[in-house]
Amino acid sequence: MDYAAVVILEILYMISFIALVSAGLAVVFGMMRVINLAHGEFVMLGGYTTLACQRAGIDLWFSMLILAPLVVGLVGLIVERLVIRFLYGRMIDTMLATWGLSLLLIGIVTLIFGSSAVNVPTPIPGYQLGAYQMGGYNLFIIGVTVALYIGMWLVLRYTRLGLIARGAMQNADIAASLGYNPRTVYMVTFTIGAALSGFAGGVLAPLTGLLPASGGGYIAQSFIAVITGGAGAVISGTLASSVLFGAISQIVSFASGPVLGDIVMLGLAIVLLRLMPTGISGRFFRNSQ
Amino acid sequence: MKIWPSIGQMRWGWFLLGAAVILLWPVFFDTHTPTILLVWALFALSLGLMWGYAGLLSFGHTAYFGLGAYVYAIAVVNIGESTVPLLLAMLVPAIVAAIIGAMMFYGRISDVYMGVITLVVSLILFKFMSATAGDKYAIGDARLGGFNGIPGFPVLNVPGLPDVSLFGVPMYYVAAVALLGCYLISRWLLARSFGRVLVGIRENEARCELLGYSVPAYKTAIFSISAAMAGLAGCLFANWAEIVTPSVFSLRSAAEVIIWVIVGGLGTLVGPILGAMVLGMLKLLLSEQTVIDNSLILGFILVVVVLAIPRGVVPALQGWFGKRTRIRTQRAVHVRARRRVAAPAPGRTP
Repeated sequence: MDYAAVVILEILYMISFIALVSAGLAVVFGMMRVINLAHGEFVMLGGYTTLACQRAGIDLWFSMLILAPLVVGLVGLIVERLVIRFLYGRMIDTMLATWGLSLLLIGIVTLIFGSSAVNVPTPIPGYQLGAYQMGGYNLFIIGVTVALYIGMWLVLRYTRLGLIARGAMQNADIAASLGYNPRTVYMVTFTIGAALSGFAGGVLAPLTGLLPASGGGYIAQSFIAVITGGAGAVISGTLASSVLFGAISQIVSFASGPVLGDIVMLGLAIVLLRLMPTGISGRFFRNSQ
Repeated sequence: MKIWPSIGQMRWGWFLLGAAVILLWPVFFDTHTPTILLVWALFALSLGLMWGYAGLLSFGHTAYFGLGAYVYAIAVVNIGESTVPLLLAMLVPAIVAAIIGAMMFYGRISDVYMGVITLVVSLILFKFMSATAGDKYAIGDARLGGFNGIPGFPVLNVPGLPDVSLFGVPMYYVAAVALLGCYLISRWLLARSFGRVLVGIRENEARCELLGYSVPAYKTAIFSISAAMAGLAGCLFANWAEIVTPSVFSLRSAAEVIIWVIVGGLGTLVGPILGAMVLGMLKLLLSEQTVIDNSLILGFILVVVVLAIPRGVVPALQGWFGKRTRIRTQRAVHVRARRRVAAPAPGRTP
């Protein structure tokens, strides 16, 4: 019974983890059809921002929930102005440029923080579940992810900003003819996407530890979750693929070790892409957000 | 208008000059570093052939490079003589690429999804090979060794003579012959109708399909050929390094080869070769110092090249040198056109 609860909690945590690190990429890909290969490095930057602020004596909660998204959002804005805006419509070139950017960011962070692993303290103590010791912070991650997705849904569904965003997503030309400059919409979207990635990095930093190259670990999972989810529906598609991949990877991990879990997840992604080239949302939820 | 004048045009003078420089190099200089530069050049050539001419970008081409290295190491530990392992190091990546390619191309997957799938394949191999520490992961006598890789396997030998191993200068010549041979094979392929159909597919896929060519079959074929070349390069790399580790499958090496090719130039064969040699040399020089991180420079180069010269350095230079002849031709055309305007056809009033 306790073991079942542990398994379920771990599966929920894995789903939240994937959904959380994919959120920023999903917004950018869904709205702009830009695949940002530096996404993992944005997440990593969020973690390092939290670390730097925490070392400077700022409250940990404030630095991970407020400062990390702000700083990384600013980085995203600079990147959009300097690089991405010249490459709209050239998808492969964007992927290459953002890949270069990811190497560049890894290099810069290595220069500043060194290449050894560092840790951020966990602010929530563990608790006892029957015979098992559980991390209390995992529960916080699950809660944060649920809140984040509800928040994103509310913003997209009920605010003017969300209306413009959905309009630009469905048909950029008509949105432009109604007076909303698509360039501005793209700039804001990319900044928000980067801020979401920074938020994910800040919140996850106490659990994962930090390395300049740790972005590579996030990019695979978020990449396949977003692409498999499909571009048509940011929230439902990403959630659906997060649930699928999180559950399968964690079940296989419990059955036969974490490496096989990762491999099965990546293999499944290839098969799914072959079967549904437009993603889960393109197949099942055509009319949702 | 001839957009891609380099197709089928074998510049024998330049080729013989390059070949002479490569073949005479060991007479005067050390060969350890040039050997690896030739191997990287071969790897870049394999990707440049596929990306520059067929328009197919494999984001994880390092998977086939790494497969070649691992297959060679595993086979040579088991067999002891290096001829069969060398052939296997080309055959296995070619077959794997044919399977993956057929799955993608017959499924009509767009180029972005192709990028994702090829990248995921190399990530899978990276994760798997990193996790194979311990005795239960062994193929025959070869232990896969997890993150530490497979060290100390026999290097290449003269076919049929397992005791005469190729090492140092002979190894350099093996790499040189492999590079020059693959270059000639690529030129030959591109000069044939096979190559022309590939370029046609890159320029207009629907038109080639309507002309009756099986686009997926051509794409799968070039993917497989390119993977065989990458496998050969991987095998030579394993012989040079005398160890194979999972880092051959890493994101870093996947990025490196793409940077070499795009900096060198798309749509040329000499571009990727030069790009790999120059940037490979730069990488070796940078790794000798610790002030500036290597990835910082590489990333900066990639961003700048994509923004400023997206076609690469060699085509940009070719365009620059070709400009003078083009201007002369255009001027002649303009003069003729002006004459036509000055003397309108009879019977037509303005």
